[in-house]
Amino acid sequence: MLRYTVRRLLQLVIVVGVLSLLLFAWLRSLPGGPVSALLGERATAASRARLTQELGLDQPIFVQYWKFLTRAASGDFGVSTGVQPGDTASEIFLQRFPATLELSFLAIVIAIAVGIPLGYLAARRRGGWLDNLSIVGSLVGVAVPVFFLAFVLKQVLAVDLGWFPTAGRQEGGLDATRVTGFFVLDGVLTQEWDAAWDAIRHLILPAIALSSIPFSVIFRITRAAVLDVLDEDFIRTAESKGLTTPVIRRRHVLRNAMLPVVTTIGLQTGALLAGAVLTEKVFAFPGIGQALALGFERRDYPVLLLLILCAAGVFVLINMLVDLSYALIDPRIRTAGGAR
Amino acid sequence: MSTKSKIDALAATAGKIGDDPGVSVAAAAWRRLRRNPVFLTGAVIITAFIVLAILAPFIAPHDPTDPMLGDQVVKARNQIPESQEGHPLGGDQVGRDLLSRLLVGSQQTLLVGVLATLIGLTGGLILGTLAGALGGWVDSLVMRAVDVMLSIPGLLLAVSIGALFAQPNIYTLIVAVATVQIPIFARLLRGSMLAQRHSDHVLAARALGVKQRAIVFRHMLPNSLGPVIVQSTLVLAISIIEAAGLSFLGLGNPDDRIPEWGQMLGRAQNVIDSHPQLAFWPAGCIIVVALGFTLMGESLREALDPKSRR
Repeated sequence: MLRYTVRRLLQLVIVVGVLSLLLFAWLRSLPGGPVSALLGERATAASRARLTQELGLDQPIFVQYWKFLTRAASGDFGVSTGVQPGDTASEIFLQRFPATLELSFLAIVIAIAVGIPLGYLAARRRGGWLDNLSIVGSLVGVAVPVFFLAFVLKQVLAVDLGWFPTAGRQEGGLDATRVTGFFVLDGVLTQEWDAAWDAIRHLILPAIALSSIPFSVIFRITRAAVLDVLDEDFIRTAESKGLTTPVIRRRHVLRNAMLPVVTTIGLQTGALLAGAVLTEKVFAFPGIGQALALGFERRDYPVLLLLILCAAGVFVLINMLVDLSYALIDPRIRTAGGAR
Repeated sequence: MSTKSKIDALAATAGKIGDDPGVSVAAAAWRRLRRNPVFLTGAVIITAFIVLAILAPFIAPHDPTDPMLGDQVVKARNQIPESQEGHPLGGDQVGRDLLSRLLVGSQQTLLVGVLATLIGLTGGLILGTLAGALGGWVDSLVMRAVDVMLSIPGLLLAVSIGALFAQPNIYTLIVAVATVQIPIFARLLRGSMLAQRHSDHVLAARALGVKQRAIVFRHMLPNSLGPVIVQSTLVLAISIIEAAGLSFLGLGNPDDRIPEWGQMLGRAQNVIDSHPQLAFWPAGCIIVVALGFTLMGESLREALDPKSRR
């Protein structure tokens, strides 16, 4: 097991390393570049040259990459040029990561809280109206573009009805104390309940929009898994030895059906970031996704590089944890050594 | 299920023999599909969509590039034409007939879906066949590359590719969306090849002295068609939705003379509070068409894979 873990960790390092090189080369081949983004198209050649030199972009790309690597080793990922000029890329990451984490967490909680019970009920009453209705719902959930759903929620519940705020993470006037960077947690820790409540209200609509796809996936996996388990021999055995239905459901059906569901949840969490780019833009939510969108517009190399690397790293790490959990459950994978 | 295991499960259905003796998998699948309301709903939607795309220039009441108010140019939001006689849905931001744009827009949307799927399939076909047929270091190299590509969330990868083009147009958009699908198709085809490597029909061909190339192209590839069709149907839906996402992020086609639903939806973001119909109509069209492709794809998958049939 240890050997397997080490090998997978080594793979992670290699993937992130290769990605950093590819990303670096790719960023520099983007049209425009930070100099045009900062100075505009009409800047004089002299001022362009000066800024190019200041940013170190006049050096050969291998020199630039080497510099990036050596600095990154000591935790310095460079200074933002466009997203929040002057701040370091790591500052921006640390500031925005909690926001996206809060949002993703709530989204996945919503997806689980609705998806698993619904999937379970749908499987138990297979072919019933609830089953058919929720299957249609989950198919529509995948077909609706995430940003459109976000727009509709914002327009109806925030703008027209005024039940929720339309944008941001928290009202500025609350003057909340910052402790961890997680606004809801901060409010609870400092017992500023109004601040915590306000942060939650800001999270709800974007989280619902973001949860549409993970909900659909979790619902369908739960339903399929429960149906699979209900067919198993050990359920018949449990029935025939006289266990009561609630006990069978709790101890045998749910527990066995949860294995594939748990892995799905892990993978969906990793994929949330793509949806966050769209949702955060609609709600002007200051998270990683918004910074990515802005970074592309303004060609902010250091910020893009760090954020995408972190995103890919988290994604690969989650994939790895899922594979490891498989290996824990199924010893055959460990001895075969395969499992990609 | 993860994308990977989903792809692998689909790939494993390649070259399977039907349950009923004397009936091919395809015939058995078709027999089931003919009566499947889910498949039929999807098929009706998609047929209607394709017919509409073909007939659009003839049935569109107005020229989709022409401002409906003649020379009067729409300058502000409050001048966007409402529904009126001859223009049941009103006009768009520049005053062009919305209904005509929706109808003609189906063509470009179909083009985005079909081209993106074809490019993704071709790329994946080459990589996957090479890896699956040759094995060895080619296989390791290709699959490592595929794994790295799969390690980036899809939309993020599409955005990264889309941002590379100085002058975005509909084709750069298609390439960006298609690139995301290449590793998925590659993994699918490699999996189908591996699933068949030790199957009886390949063994028989080898015993008869058929060349490796002929085995791959005449026996293995045709047998991978089932999983490929399933995945392609699903990718058609995904690429149309992702193209809309890219347009929304400003990476779409800036030239809006020829309408496309994703682009119309992406552009409506600035006027959605005052004129929600400009977003609702294209979004509705996208949702219905994406749903149609998904319904077809999922029911095809069930029909081909006896294990997932329920």
